[in-house]
Amino acid sequence: MTVTTRTGDTGNPTVSPAAPSGQDRKPGGAGDVGVNVFSHVVLIGWSVMVLVPFVWALLASLKTSREIFGSPWSLPEDYQWSNFADAWDKGVGQYLLNSIVVVTGGVLLTMLLGSMVAYVLARYEFPGNRVIYYLFAAGMMFPVFLAIVPLFFVVQNLGMLSTYQGLILVYTAYSLPFTVFFMHAFFRTLPSSVAEAAFVDGCSHSGVFFRVMVPMARPGLLSIGIFNVIGQFNQFVLPSFLSPEKPVLAQGIATLLASQRYEGDWGALFAALTIAMVPVVIVYLIFYRQVQAGLTGGTLK
Amino acid sequence: MRHGQYRFIVGFLIVPLALYGVFVISPFIQAFYYSMTNWTGVSPEFEFIGLRNFENLMDDSLFLKALRNNAVLLAVMPVAVILLALTFAFLLNVGRQGSGGGVKGVRGSGFYKLAFFMPQVLAVPVIAVIWAVIFDPTPTGLVNSVMRRLGFGSSGWLADPDLALYCVLWVLVWGSVGFYLVLFNAAMSAIPRDIFEAALLDGAGRVTTFFRVTIPLLWDTIQTAWVYLAILALDVYALVAVMTAGPGGPDNSTQVISLQIAQNGFQFGRAGYASAIGVILFFVTLIIAAIMLRATRRERIEY
Repeated sequence: MTVTTRTGDTGNPTVSPAAPSGQDRKPGGAGDVGVNVFSHVVLIGWSVMVLVPFVWALLASLKTSREIFGSPWSLPEDYQWSNFADAWDKGVGQYLLNSIVVVTGGVLLTMLLGSMVAYVLARYEFPGNRVIYYLFAAGMMFPVFLAIVPLFFVVQNLGMLSTYQGLILVYTAYSLPFTVFFMHAFFRTLPSSVAEAAFVDGCSHSGVFFRVMVPMARPGLLSIGIFNVIGQFNQFVLPSFLSPEKPVLAQGIATLLASQRYEGDWGALFAALTIAMVPVVIVYLIFYRQVQAGLTGGTLK
Repeated sequence: MRHGQYRFIVGFLIVPLALYGVFVISPFIQAFYYSMTNWTGVSPEFEFIGLRNFENLMDDSLFLKALRNNAVLLAVMPVAVILLALTFAFLLNVGRQGSGGGVKGVRGSGFYKLAFFMPQVLAVPVIAVIWAVIFDPTPTGLVNSVMRRLGFGSSGWLADPDLALYCVLWVLVWGSVGFYLVLFNAAMSAIPRDIFEAALLDGAGRVTTFFRVTIPLLWDTIQTAWVYLAILALDVYALVAVMTAGPGGPDNSTQVISLQIAQNGFQFGRAGYASAIGVILFFVTLIIAAIMLRATRRERIEY
């Protein structure tokens, strides 16, 4: 935050000299500094509002339950690293493993199937092309809750409740609409000359896809891939109905909160929260451009 | 026509379409069918009962309460998020508008976007747990200790039937603003800078430029944002299910449609009835999106 607080020198250095002479509007000068100070006060205010809860949660993971509720604003007296061991014993390790397995499988399958559909729809003309495209696009608008009860029974009839393969397939199916939508737009922008050359050299259709188009689409695949990693890692609604016996981390957190209401081991709960938060925040900080582009890209189209 | 083209197309589409059909399309269609049955979800037998589930819903006080709560969220949340996000987007851009056509942003705008967006990348249960503890109703709770220092008394927050829904509303707004800020900011930077330069040359100040040039050019994006936020307000589940006691809050004060679907479908053994609520949710979503897109239709501005 220190970088942003130097508001004094944010006047418009380029405006004042460049302004047409003889105009009576006031570019730069005292008004600008005032506006800028005001902007920063408001923006820093909201940053604090957003960040303080997370920082507070990180600190709470090193406190005792009594400290968390008795003196919420103070720093931990002794760092309670044992909270993390307690959280691990309460099943967080298993939840994390479940999440990692399901997200790895889910994202790989989503990316493979999603880019295959998007590519075919974007680059080939055939009857039914638009219908299939709108079928996927519609999936972005429908409320998941309309489908949740029948979906439960579909998964049950396949014998896939509380299994890795069940969650992987369901995650993939529900990630396809946005992935197809996003990659469809991306494949359209790629030049066709390279593909043409590959065809002339005798490359097959699937050869062109895997060896020419996928490597060219790498930036798009990265954006939507990270989007899917975060989205599937955070998924809560689908697993809480479809995988009650094999909870993923987001679900485990909710269960832990429910049990702390009578067990009272809040330090362990916040340690579990930290375990759930830190990997996502690291991915976000490294890839935040792709994350923001991926998340907002679909809405803008 | 290149050799083997159709075999290739079918080969690429068949697996994803099958998966999508089984897990997405078929449950959606089944929901419409089950909504007209008295299926419990447990027994294999059930009867077709026409629209009786929908008639019963109209007398179901819990469902009506859920509907009312969703209506409150729908009325307040999208507008609040859009206003806050637009304000922040304005503040991010106002400082440098003269030189960069409103696209470069104030010093540190990268940091602000990074920070504001943060709640969007974390799982809703994580956010729900943090806020459930922040809203601790005891006098030493986080919010209460701040309120007391400011000279107000303690409140029950999530434990208070009059306040619980507004706490949920606040967390929704808090979590969504960053996303729409980034969205509006991206849309603003897509506006060609000569439009801003022209406005500035004509003597328009920054505030005038923002309201007379930027907002009208962003109208499409604002409209899309409203529809997405409306869907969010209607779909809210995880926050209520994790954060409020019950779940559903004290005196069902945070009862919502999605929670009603979950409880009827999986706890009370009324799968048909739950599907009927789902169908209502579907039509409400559809109607709201249609009305909004129609009511706010304006001349589309091409640039």
